[in-house]
Formats: sequence, structure tokens, C-alpha cells
Amino acid sequence: MISIVNYQASNIRSVKKALDYLGLEAEVTMDPQAVRRADKVLLPGVGHFAATGRLEQTGLRDAIREAVERGTPFLGICVGLQWIFEQSEEAPETPGLGLFPGSCRRFPAGAKVPHVGWNSLEMVAPSRLLAGVEPGAFVYFTHSYRAPVCPQTVATTEYEGAFTAAVERDNVFGVQFHPEKSGEVGLTILRNFGALKC
Amino acid sequence: MLTRRIIACLDVDGGRVVKGTRFVDLRDAGDPAELARAHARAGADEIVFLDITATHEARGILIETVRRTARELFVPLTVGGGIRTLEDASAVFEAGCDKVSINSAAVKDPRLITQIAERFGSQAAIVAIDAKRMETPIDEEQWRVYVAGGRIPTERCVLAWAREAEARGAGEILLTSMDRDGTGRGFDCELTAAVAQAVSIPVIASGGAGTVEHFLDVFRQGKADAALAASIFHFGIHDIGELKQRIAAGGVPMRWPC
Repeated sequence: MISIVNYQASNIRSVKKALDYLGLEAEVTMDPQAVRRADKVLLPGVGHFAATGRLEQTGLRDAIREAVERGTPFLGICVGLQWIFEQSEEAPETPGLGLFPGSCRRFPAGAKVPHVGWNSLEMVAPSRLLAGVEPGAFVYFTHSYRAPVCPQTVATTEYEGAFTAAVERDNVFGVQFHPEKSGEVGLTILRNFGALKC
Repeated sequence: MLTRRIIACLDVDGGRVVKGTRFVDLRDAGDPAELARAHARAGADEIVFLDITATHEARGILIETVRRTARELFVPLTVGGGIRTLEDASAVFEAGCDKVSINSAAVKDPRLITQIAERFGSQAAIVAIDAKRMETPIDEEQWRVYVAGGRIPTERCVLAWAREAEARGAGEILLTSMDRDGTGRGFDCELTAAVAQAVSIPVIASGGAGTVEHFLDVFRQGKADAALAASIFHFGIHDIGELKQRIAAGGVPMRWPC
């Protein structure tokens, strides 16, 4: 069972729908105990980084941390990826989980923001999550803040400089783009996550 | 590299597509869910449903149509037409669409833009603007905003309204040239470039496409981030994939193959 963590991010339904389509058993939950018991944990997200503050208030942050420490596969999408880093300048008072170093920053002034649309992936390290995805494959982004390139970055995307499109270390995975909106490429990535054995 | 988008627009009435981007071998009038999937398979980067149903009781049919379409569609889906309140917007989001496009209701009460952006995020709030060139410019502005499907002129100028929409939280502007819509003479590149320069959010160009070259023009001269393909039936091409291939061959980055 994949736990889709519900902290009222607005793409929860579309993520659930994609997992249903792939035949992956998933439940949308706000219950920290369900997250602790889950085989896999997925943190969706689109919108404001401050919304992740609800994870702290509801005890979900601790539940996710414990699950990750036990080796449960974890996937953060969009703001869910940004939350794996230390913080975001979108909401400096709301700390991220801090598993990966660095903080998320807004695209530079003068850039068209949000970065909306289909952009390509440059693979920079081997990845289990992106298995079967061709270098240069297009995925759908919509975001105004971006995570820095770090040692755990497995794919980058170019928009006003390179940023982290996907990160991966052991059982922790994150994507800045929306696999649930990225056609066949996105479905491949979600299928890979569903098939992970950790 | 960020690609420019081709968005397929389907006019939906009473749960059926009544006008859409036509394939040579696919009849236009049809099931929205099926047509949306077919367009996505053919290469459409996004799908827009324009609800042209006038009656209130038919909204329920639209919601059900969106729900059925969203279930197996894995590219972004926008719903526009007849969204007047936050509740209307919530209902279509609840059914599974990713963005809403608001037009007359936003002009009537611009706070609606902010309400939608705050609840669902700016990326989900598209403001559609119907623009018509004025005979005499006001404050150096050449285009006026029209509402009610282009029937009623307003006091608003297009560039100022686009800036206000951005400031109030819109994530994208869907810009239709009423002067060009339905003419097949090409997009209004001057209008599109003026709006694209006035705001820092993406601009989707609509109205006037008649040839593949018109798309190249609106991406190059018009600085459009995306173009709405309302009908490509008469371009002598087979489908959106072929349209994208030809645009890519002209040097504009496209998601192709996809």
C-alpha cells in the first residue's frame, strides 16, 4: 500500500488517479500511523511551500521521517521534492526535512515565472526511479522555486540555469516535475516507484 | 530546453464535443474523454475544455464529463466557460481538472482570481482575455477587453488588465484576438507580443490560425509561450503531431517526439 500524504496540496487527486490507472494500491491519508505502516510514502505538492507546515502540526513530519529512516521508499513531487531539502526562500520560517543539502530559491528576476510547460531531463547519475526514461525526455513542470543541484541530483533541467529535476539516494526520491501530468514518461516513473523493493 | 506548447481546445456542449481540433479521420462531434485522450496521444501538450453550455442545469453534465476525462488523461486539463464563483471552480477541480480559465467573472469581480489562486495555487488560475483593437487608443493602449463571449465591450484596456490579473495571482494569460478569431489570417502577433512583454507570466495565444506558418509567427514574433489550436482541420495536416513536427522543423522548440 502506498500512502499518499494528504496535507491539502491540490494535486493529490491527480496523483491518486495515476496510481489507480497503473493498478498500484494507494490510499490518501492524513493519519501518521498509516504513514508509519505504509510500504511506500508519496508526498505530492503544488502550491506554496508554507503548506508543508501542516506536516509538522499534524505529526506527519515525524511519521515520514521515521518511515524514511526505516528504509520505506519515499517520493516527493514538486513542493514535495523541495521539502526534502533544508528550506525554501518561499517560506523561510517553515523548515524542510533537510535530508539533502541546500535551500530552494526563486527563479532569478527577469525570468518568466512560473516555469510552466514541458522541459527536458538531462541525466547526470544512474537512477532507479528514472529507469527506462530516455535522456532528453520531456516532462511537465509548473513551479516558481527550484532546488539546487546537489550530490544526490540524478537529473537536471535547464531554465535560467540548471536546477534539480530529480534527486535520489537509497530509498529517498524526489521530482520537481509532475509525473502524474507527464504522459507516458511520467507513468513510467510512477510505475518504477511502484515496483521498487527496498 | 523549455518547449512552446500546443494546446488542443475542445468546445463541449451538454457533455459532447461540438467543435474541436479536427483529425482527418476522426469525427469532431464526439465523446470529450475519448477525443481528449486521442489528442494527447497525437502530441497535444495540454487539453482545454471550453464549456459552451448556457444552461445552469447542464453544469452537472460538465462535471461528470470532466471527471470521466480526467480519469485517464495524463497531461494537464483546463476547464473554461461559465466559471463564475469559487464554488464553480472548486467543483471542476474536484472533478479532476488541473487549471480553470476565467474570463467575464474575473472582469466583474477581480477578487475571484486571488480566491482561486489562494485556494488552488496560481498555476491553476488562468485568466482568459478577449481583446479587440480600438479605433482610437486610450492612454496609448490599442486593445479593449470584451466579455460575454466577445459580445460586450468593457472599460478595461488589455495590457493594464493583463498586468492586474498577474498582480492578483493569475498564473497564465489565455489571450484571444477577436479581430483574428475565425479569420484564418494568422494570430495577432502584435497584440500577443505586447501582452507577453507587459507580464512575466506565460501567455497562450488564440485566434486566427490558418496555416502552420502562423504558429511559427506567433512563437517567434508574438513571443507566445503556448498556442491554442482550435481547429487544424483545414491546414492540410493530419494531426497535432504533424503540426508540432513542422513547427519544430521551423526552429521553435517543441515536445516532439513525445
